[in-house]
Amino acid sequence: MLRKIVWKNIVYKPLNTALCVGLLLFGVGIISLLLLIQHQLEQKFARDLQNIDLVVGAKGSPLQLVLSAVYHLDAPTGNIKLADARKIMSNPMIQEAIPMAYGDSYQGYRILGTTEAYLKKYDAQLREGHLFSKAMQATIGSNIAEKTGLRVGDTFLGTHGEVKGGHVHEDHPYTVVGILQPTNTVLDNLVLTKLESVWQVHTPPDTEQLPQDTELALNQGHEHSSPVSINDSMEITALLLRCKTKIAILNIPRIINEQTNMQAVLPTLEINRLFHMMGIGGMTLKMIAGGIMGMAGFSIFFVLYNRLRERKFELALLRTVGYRPWQLFRMLVLEGLILAIVGYVLGWLFSRVGLYVVNQQAKSDFNLYFSSEWIVDEAWLLLLTIMVGVGAALLPALQAMRMNISAVLSEN
Amino acid sequence: MIQTRSLTYQYPASISISFPDIRVEPGHALLICGESGCGKTTLLHLLAGLRQPTTGQVVVEGETISDFSPAEMDQYRGQHIGIVYQQTYFIESLSILDNLLLSPYGKSQLKAKNIAKRFQINDLLFRYPHQLSVGQQQRASIARAVMNKPKLLLADEPTSALDNKNCGLVIDLLLEEALAYDAALIIVTHDDRLREEISDSVDLNAFAN
Repeated sequence: MLRKIVWKNIVYKPLNTALCVGLLLFGVGIISLLLLIQHQLEQKFARDLQNIDLVVGAKGSPLQLVLSAVYHLDAPTGNIKLADARKIMSNPMIQEAIPMAYGDSYQGYRILGTTEAYLKKYDAQLREGHLFSKAMQATIGSNIAEKTGLRVGDTFLGTHGEVKGGHVHEDHPYTVVGILQPTNTVLDNLVLTKLESVWQVHTPPDTEQLPQDTELALNQGHEHSSPVSINDSMEITALLLRCKTKIAILNIPRIINEQTNMQAVLPTLEINRLFHMMGIGGMTLKMIAGGIMGMAGFSIFFVLYNRLRERKFELALLRTVGYRPWQLFRMLVLEGLILAIVGYVLGWLFSRVGLYVVNQQAKSDFNLYFSSEWIVDEAWLLLLTIMVGVGAALLPALQAMRMNISAVLSEN
Repeated sequence: MIQTRSLTYQYPASISISFPDIRVEPGHALLICGESGCGKTTLLHLLAGLRQPTTGQVVVEGETISDFSPAEMDQYRGQHIGIVYQQTYFIESLSILDNLLLSPYGKSQLKAKNIAKRFQINDLLFRYPHQLSVGQQQRASIARAVMNKPKLLLADEPTSALDNKNCGLVIDLLLEEALAYDAALIIVTHDDRLREEISDSVDLNAFAN
């Protein structure tokens, strides 16, 4: 019967209930949304980083270089000479170097000229067709295939720049030769091709004399067997490096930054800095959400406390018909608990709706997608919400338990 | 049968009251009269175990209930004592039927419906307390008080807010129910209309000091 009373009470005063649940809903919703986005961003950034020790590119913002070369979220800082890049690639302390050339896009998806090593880095598996082996052949990420409908054998034109509506390179169509399986990394949203394709597209027609063996120059193993004449005008956008030792990771950037007009950046450092900065924003939002939760706690407290005055005769009546003080205590705590749980559940749903809205935006702007999976932090949030609800009910419940029923009934 | 032995009650930081010994047989009724402030309600609460007497005893059917622990008293009250108040108290958010079934002891839908029929409130079972007239509310609260087939039926000014017609109805109901359950009925009142119905009475004014 007490459980029935709790339930009926919650329904009997819908405005009170709506106030408490509404405040909890917003608090829980915002915190949950923040937790989800932060958790998944960190996961995604860590996954895309793989084991890239250093990123080399044109001088400019180090963070921009990392965002553009590793995460493909930003515009490139500029180009670097292939000749300069080759010097770094042949450094004995470098275990692996992946050159990248980009700047064009297809329907907003970046066209990335690189080598097979880049795909190996992310364990790319082919779903259809084969890897690019000649210039102007393209292997596309799974998400692009899904969104644009491109299939093996189709041709498409690259757009200069990263935004739709730029100049279209009409005389250099790409042919899709393969589609990758989903990897949940940047690969899903990239058009991958040979470096030569990018060069070919951007070389003025009259000087189009691309040496076929440039490719070999980039494969370190073949360097000595086939001496190449390198065209100094060739440019790439960035280099991803993996070093042989930890000391090299610290030394190489120093050398590059001091002695060349390029910059070498530790991506982990930049990303940590980025997260730190985002963390400040996230912290502010969390504090606001925490404030809302606090308000929710207070409103539950006030509602229960106010109702306690209205309900003291009801509580006295319950004692009269044989209920024990601790049963009244439990009843009021249960009321707080139910409000908290309802608030949590609705807040959880609210955060998923919020995530859907964020996804619409993030997808078109950054090719980011957040899944609505349940994360462990949300269990802590549930615990926090329950503590708020029960905590707010505690004092009214104690008062109900200690109430002098004889005094209450003598009031009239 | 209920009887008290030299009950006194000391109000916190205030006067002490001693009450006359009373004794009521099952099925019989007793009026406790007096001006307001003479301790009528306090006596009723002592009998109901809502307060502990400073000295003296309350004995019901051989059991000294004034010696019970709070937990034992709550249970005993739930099982064997029915209380009717001057103001009718209900759980607002519950229907009349649920209000009849409120006590954790001896609840049964069938019994509630039978009692409701006898009290002529069976049409009102699924209404909410605030939808009832004062007279209907008073009947419903008496119905709730007898749900546990009490040995002791206590009423605190049950008629003071009622008109003559309802007053007569309520008194008749209380007397009938006390007889039906063989309960000792004790009514605290300053309503002289009741003296015509119940002959036994104790006047507390005489004891006030």
